Amino acid sequence: MSDIVLKTENLTASYDEHIVVKNVNLSIIRNKITAIMGPSGCGKTTLIRCFNRMHELSPKAKVEGKVLLIENSNEIIDVYSVDPMLVRRKIGMVFQKPNPFPTMSIYENVIAGYILNGIKLKKSEADEIVEESLKKVSLWDEVKDRLRKKGTFLSGGQQQRLCIARALAMKPDIILLDEPTSALDPVATAKIEELIEQLKDTVTIVIVTHNVGQAGRISDYVAFMYLGELVEYGPTDVIFTRPSHEKTEEFLTGKIG
Amino acid sequence: MKRYLFRIIKSKIISVILTLIVILSTIPFLLVLYFIIKNGISVINWEFLTSLPKPVGEPGGGILNAIVGTAMLVIMALILSVPFGILVGVYLAERSEGRIAFFSRLVSEILQGVPSIVIGIIAYLWVVKPMGHFSALSGGVALGIMMLPLVIKSTEEILKLIPREIKEASLALGVPYYRTILKVIIPAGLSGILTGILTGVARIAGETAPLLFTAFGNPFLNFDILKPISAMPLLIFTYAVSPYEEWWAKAWGASCILVLFVLSLNIITRLLSRR
Repeated sequence: MSDIVLKTENLTASYDEHIVVKNVNLSIIRNKITAIMGPSGCGKTTLIRCFNRMHELSPKAKVEGKVLLIENSNEIIDVYSVDPMLVRRKIGMVFQKPNPFPTMSIYENVIAGYILNGIKLKKSEADEIVEESLKKVSLWDEVKDRLRKKGTFLSGGQQQRLCIARALAMKPDIILLDEPTSALDPVATAKIEELIEQLKDTVTIVIVTHNVGQAGRISDYVAFMYLGELVEYGPTDVIFTRPSHEKTEEFLTGKIG
Repeated sequence: MKRYLFRIIKSKIISVILTLIVILSTIPFLLVLYFIIKNGISVINWEFLTSLPKPVGEPGGGILNAIVGTAMLVIMALILSVPFGILVGVYLAERSEGRIAFFSRLVSEILQGVPSIVIGIIAYLWVVKPMGHFSALSGGVALGIMMLPLVIKSTEEILKLIPREIKEASLALGVPYYRTILKVIIPAGLSGILTGILTGVARIAGETAPLLFTAFGNPFLNFDILKPISAMPLLIFTYAVSPYEEWWAKAWGASCILVLFVLSLNIITRLLSRR
């Protein structure tokens, strides 16, 4: 396969001796949308939380194996041997529930990664990042006149786009989306899906979803997980038309999940 | 139909009884407020607030020494209890399980139940005895200890209500844990923490017992924390048990100011926490 941006080697993750992700070997392709699907509790969220080291925040969490972030052919970062803060700035994350910072304005929310990390930005730089990031998530026109208002005044869908803008503002290599539309209505969902497709030119996207339709609509590659194991992984059109594994077919046809 | 009517009547009677009980329960407070304002308000004027007590028999004079004293004692208590209390509260909210959290929560709850006079004795032992004399500082220490569990509890409770997602959002941006606490978690809980602090101030502003053998009282104006200082409740106590009628009036006036102060703090707290 082509240009790989993130690679896991025998990745195993557990909570309190309970193994949730078993021996996963997966290569994420640069500037593509990779969907990770599977029934509830199959370990898909845990898997992506291992990518940016969020998994270890849970008490008694453990990770074995390797995660490699390949910035280019001569710069490979072993995610588990560097500072997690560095990893998290390179691999952004958007969560299930929209979570803008309640004390911050829309403007501050977009550049929250800079503000909170104490990275000083010139006014012009900050303005530029805010405008650019909000334009990328098609929120600029909706909020440009009220940038100083609190982010929590926006609708759920707008809040989620604000959170995507906040992740984009850090100029990450990869953005992990953890069921980003599960708390949203169909219209807001459609908007986010459209937006994700536009974003892949600038950033690699990994999206977790339990919605087969969503995975089919937006992804280039799809990984199917079942009971913590990576069952099948490949180009979406191949997996959706000719799944080679029985479990994948059962999931796609709605027999499990 | 008959049974239905009977149920309606029964429900009406009960709601009337409950309403009466609620009204009844506010009566003691309203009576306190009524008597204090009735007896106190006539004493209060500009001179009463801005001048020092005069010797018995001389007309006029005020309670400036006690107002300044209470302000200083409250500020000292805040300096001692707020930073420490918030830090402990953060710890308890973040590491709610574990042995240290268990014990410190237990200790803080017990401390809240310790009679205030006992806390006065502790401050006497810790500060007054080594220094050899009464002081404003020792009173501030006593009130600070009283306030500590209130700040800890309110900080812990409010921070536990902040969704985990907010914290994760910050960490996922690569923000270190300590900055996440300082810049995201504490600001998000700030109005709640302030509410707790104001409740604490309202609670200690009227405390008399811990000041009896710490701050001790002082008829003169004092800004030195190493010297004895007056306080509103101390002044009320001294004046109320005195044999002079004009001092009784001053005690009413001081009580009125103290009650109105505490009342307005509570109202502000209510407004803050409603947001």
